[in-house]
Amino acid sequence: MSETHEHIIKSYDAELARLLDEITRMGQLAREQLAMAAEAVEERNSDLAARVVEGDNSIDALEHDVSHDVLRLLALRQPIARDLRDVLAALRIAADIERIGDYAANVAKRAIALNQNAPMRPAASLPHLAQVANDMLRDVLDAYRRSDAEAAVEVWKRDVQLDTLYTAMFRELLTYMMEDPRNITPCTHLLFMAKNIERIGDHATNIAENVYFLVHAKPLVEERRKGDHTSTVVS
Amino acid sequence: MTNLNLAVATSLNVAAPAAVQGTSTAKITARNLNFYYDGFHALKNIQMDIPEKRVTAIIGPSGCGKSTLLRIFNRIYSIYPKLEARGEVMLDGENILDPRYPLNRLRSKVGMVFQKPVPFPMSIYDNIAYGIKHYEKLNRADMDIRVEQALRQAAIWDEAKDKLKGSALGLSGGQQQRLCIARAIALRPEVILFDEPTSALDPIATGKIEQLVEELKKDFTIAIVTHNMQQAARCSDYTAFMYLGELIEFGETETMFTRPGKQQTEDYITGRFG
Repeated sequence: MSETHEHIIKSYDAELARLLDEITRMGQLAREQLAMAAEAVEERNSDLAARVVEGDNSIDALEHDVSHDVLRLLALRQPIARDLRDVLAALRIAADIERIGDYAANVAKRAIALNQNAPMRPAASLPHLAQVANDMLRDVLDAYRRSDAEAAVEVWKRDVQLDTLYTAMFRELLTYMMEDPRNITPCTHLLFMAKNIERIGDHATNIAENVYFLVHAKPLVEERRKGDHTSTVVS
Repeated sequence: MTNLNLAVATSLNVAAPAAVQGTSTAKITARNLNFYYDGFHALKNIQMDIPEKRVTAIIGPSGCGKSTLLRIFNRIYSIYPKLEARGEVMLDGENILDPRYPLNRLRSKVGMVFQKPVPFPMSIYDNIAYGIKHYEKLNRADMDIRVEQALRQAAIWDEAKDKLKGSALGLSGGQQQRLCIARAIALRPEVILFDEPTSALDPIATGKIEQLVEELKKDFTIAIVTHNMQQAARCSDYTAFMYLGELIEFGETETMFTRPGKQQTEDYITGRFG
């Protein structure tokens, strides 16, 4: 759709805008949580990590607000077409952000455990991993706010970078664990933390898919299958 | 009978709904249809197919020409002077706009139900029998059967069977509307046109009419004009969106209400103008 006009009933627009604001706020909170969790790892700051664990509640509370508003919109406005996709996308994206918040909190929780041990070199890679995920999240939320499907697809494609970083870290951690069994506990924590961040990337791609569906009314996967010919490449 | 696939392919501005192709034939086909009210161009070059034994909803803001279009399908306009239709409206391959097409035959093939139920000021039984008598000479027993059949098919038999000789005006609004549907059905038409059939009814009576429409499509081709978007979404297979005398978009109802092709359609169904 080239442009979206205003509803005749103004309060309908206000309710949809409110939903968008709530998601934006949730996204900002999740990004801050993730950044603080990464900082807590980098600075070995358990107090900061504890604040992150505590802070997850506000994301959960916002998700409840979104669910409530979605229910209300469905019951009172009976949205259809683009409006319905707006409402569905909000519900789905809120769920993704809520999970992202959980993962950030989990990284923080493990940072506290990690700080009980001596510093480990692979821990230094984690903030970079978190930064890549955080940038994906920033860009996909921006794409959502602007209903920009192309920008969302760009983020969607970037997930492979995060996967590569995660795989590299996985290998590095294995090496450390093999070197000295005393590394197993901190490395296992780090492995889970890296996995959590990798999952944040997956949720960012989920959001990208929702933005695509919101704009085009068809799933992104369908498009990808059409454009992806790598399965037929033989050399 | 025109093959819908071919018929739609000739249309200039309206995409063929994929599911119609090859699965249903067009009962009514409008081609280059223009309509004038004393010089005012009310319908502009309409190309449209009403698929057989399906429900087609016609939506659009007031004055868009949807009721005018519906009324052309049984040539009801011809009773007024200064009204003129140009182009073709084919019913089973015959042009009903041709003055040689007998109006009596058209009215027996195409029934109509209006916004406000208007039962004749006579008994329930006679409301049904009255129309039949114009077309057929039936003995009492056969007429009884026909009346019962019509009332049953219109889902009002149970409420009416004990007061067939009572005045139809004693029925509730919803019952009166179903009586009017029974009256239309009694003539065994092939097409039933509904012009805002539930706008004067409460939600329960509306639900009954919508359920009835769903059942009737097994036997009849149905076109329904409605201002109620949700009603079009609930009970039609195809939806036509009209605006300022033009057919903007025609497609499967599911597509029209989830991802319409035209911005104007989207704006209208989501309440952004109209």
